[in-house]
Amino acid sequence: MPEMSYAEALRSALREEMSRDPRVFLMGEDIGRYGGAFGVTFGLMDEFGPERVRETPISEATIVGAALGASLLGLRPVAEIMFMDFVLLTLDQLVNQAAKARFMFGGKASVPIVVRMAGGSGTGAAAQHSQSLESLLVHIPGLKVVMPSTPADAKGLLLSAIRDPNPVCFVEHKLLYKTQGLVREGDCTIPLGLADVKRDGKDATIVAGGIMVPRALAAAERLALEGIEVEVIDPRCLRPLDVDTIVRSVRKTGRLLVVHEACQTGGWAGEVIASVGSSEAFAYLDAPLRRLAGADIPIPYNRNLEQAAVPQQADIEREARAIVQARI
Amino acid sequence: MTAGRSKARRAPVAASGNPPGELAGLEERAERLGLSREQLLEMFSSMCVIRRFERMADQLYAMGKVHGTMHLSAGQEAVAVGLGRAVRPDDYLVNHHRGHGHFIAKGADLARMMAEFLGKDTGYCRGRGGSMHIADFDANNLGANGIVGGGIPITVGVGLALQMLKRQQIVVGVFGDGAANEGVFHEAMNMVALWRLPVLFVCENNQYGMSMDVAKATAKLPIAQRADAYGMPGWCIDGNDLLLVYETMRRAAEHARSGSGPVLVETVTYRYFGHSKSDRNLYRTKDEIESWKQKDPLLLLREQLVRSGIASEAQAEALDQQAQSAIDQAVAFAEASPQPDLSSLTDFVYA
Repeated sequence: MPEMSYAEALRSALREEMSRDPRVFLMGEDIGRYGGAFGVTFGLMDEFGPERVRETPISEATIVGAALGASLLGLRPVAEIMFMDFVLLTLDQLVNQAAKARFMFGGKASVPIVVRMAGGSGTGAAAQHSQSLESLLVHIPGLKVVMPSTPADAKGLLLSAIRDPNPVCFVEHKLLYKTQGLVREGDCTIPLGLADVKRDGKDATIVAGGIMVPRALAAAERLALEGIEVEVIDPRCLRPLDVDTIVRSVRKTGRLLVVHEACQTGGWAGEVIASVGSSEAFAYLDAPLRRLAGADIPIPYNRNLEQAAVPQQADIEREARAIVQARI
Repeated sequence: MTAGRSKARRAPVAASGNPPGELAGLEERAERLGLSREQLLEMFSSMCVIRRFERMADQLYAMGKVHGTMHLSAGQEAVAVGLGRAVRPDDYLVNHHRGHGHFIAKGADLARMMAEFLGKDTGYCRGRGGSMHIADFDANNLGANGIVGGGIPITVGVGLALQMLKRQQIVVGVFGDGAANEGVFHEAMNMVALWRLPVLFVCENNQYGMSMDVAKATAKLPIAQRADAYGMPGWCIDGNDLLLVYETMRRAAEHARSGSGPVLVETVTYRYFGHSKSDRNLYRTKDEIESWKQKDPLLLLREQLVRSGIASEAQAEALDQQAQSAIDQAVAFAEASPQPDLSSLTDFVYA
């Protein structure tokens, strides 16, 4: 099992799917010679040619709309939106068109597109290049929203996303691209909608997504030194959400903390908490259900302010201790 | 300045090499285009069906049988039929919200269309879409769109797929004068021209985006002249002249199909009904509507058919009545059809 970076794992998934299925092609800004802003598609144009690694003008709405149109004829486009912030330029095509085509045409259309996007803060790119907009996308029926936190998940989920017959928003994190991990070779698909228990524990459940997964795991290591064993669950897919795995964990631990980078108000933590609070796990709760999310502000430029705007490892430790000590 | 713009919109520029937009010499023009008497009568008949369909849809709405709104295209029939007959039946169509005529011209089943209007389970979209979202994927009709300009980027992708799959078909993307001022118009025109995609864009300029006069909304007319900025042919024609539409679209389709890249054709026409069912026609005068009715595409064609001896008045009337019968049958089918089952509410969200 080779070790590779998150970016390499994504590239490996793209390469394997393009080799396996001639219908798969890539489109996006600067994805050719440049290799994409974060290097994910580096080298693929040489391998597959400029038609299947199609560089586009800076026209995000039409990139997504064209992916949708091509998918209606049976192709399987993977569109790259350089920064997740720019997905806002595509919302008519993504939300009004792609997400609804199947439904409003009475079940006839299928829209097998993947829209890859780089989200998250931590690079000093300020308010228009650092957002975590996944909660916005989770709200839309017809879309699937995937957010991998490890190289292995990145590859397995991207393989599944490309094979999925629905529009899939694939949310990558800028700070994860260079992280290393073991990735199985070959056809290592991971079903969309299946959470992963990243760490077993009995005292509390932490549900975390994206960059918050490694932070939660690091926090768990520290807490273990204090005798607190937290279970860390990565939903991996925010829509559909694997509520069962989370509920099962909370029944065991009696405590839940949901951590995400996205702004708190309207964030997907609310959905997780509502799902658990209205489930059979309610009777097993030993503490109030809590969330730790990004501050309700645009992401600031200054390094200290930027770090303070989103949950860090120490914040997760503090919140986890608090729910372990809390009593209902 | 305003007067100048108004003048521009009333005086379409003929595509170079096209005959002037007058209907004299119908027979001669038809012969030159290789259209038989039967084909001319079929085109007339199809225009009658569209007009009758729109009137019936309006009546059904007034009777409270249509749940939602609709956008009627009466007055624009020559565009739909001239275009529909100029392209191949297996060419793709991406339609706009005022698209009933284009669907009918592409051979859509009237009964299933009417059933969709009434929200029935037998409708094209099983009652999920209504007037604005009729689609028939089996017939390469990829659907109408409720978002002004929303279909334009989708058309790009269909054209891209056709090129990548090396198919001989083209895609026709129809939109209105209002949509031409959406940002995606620029993105899409640039992209199809850049990649020389087999796309025929048709801008159906019916003078108004809801209530907004095209001359007040558009800095420079005709809209077709924008094609020049993308290095693609752009032709503005009289959209009420059936044979001119047919000839221009045929030429445009050949251009797109030959691998020479996309074409933008603007058809200048007029809608008689209001924008949608909430429209009280406060932004235009009765005189203006009447003046366009003097140039009614159906009326003009009918006169020409009779004058040239292609059809007698009685034959023309019979075709119109047949159109009404077809509509009546469609309504009967729609009314007798079942409602969607409530248990199917959440179907079709995901594949």
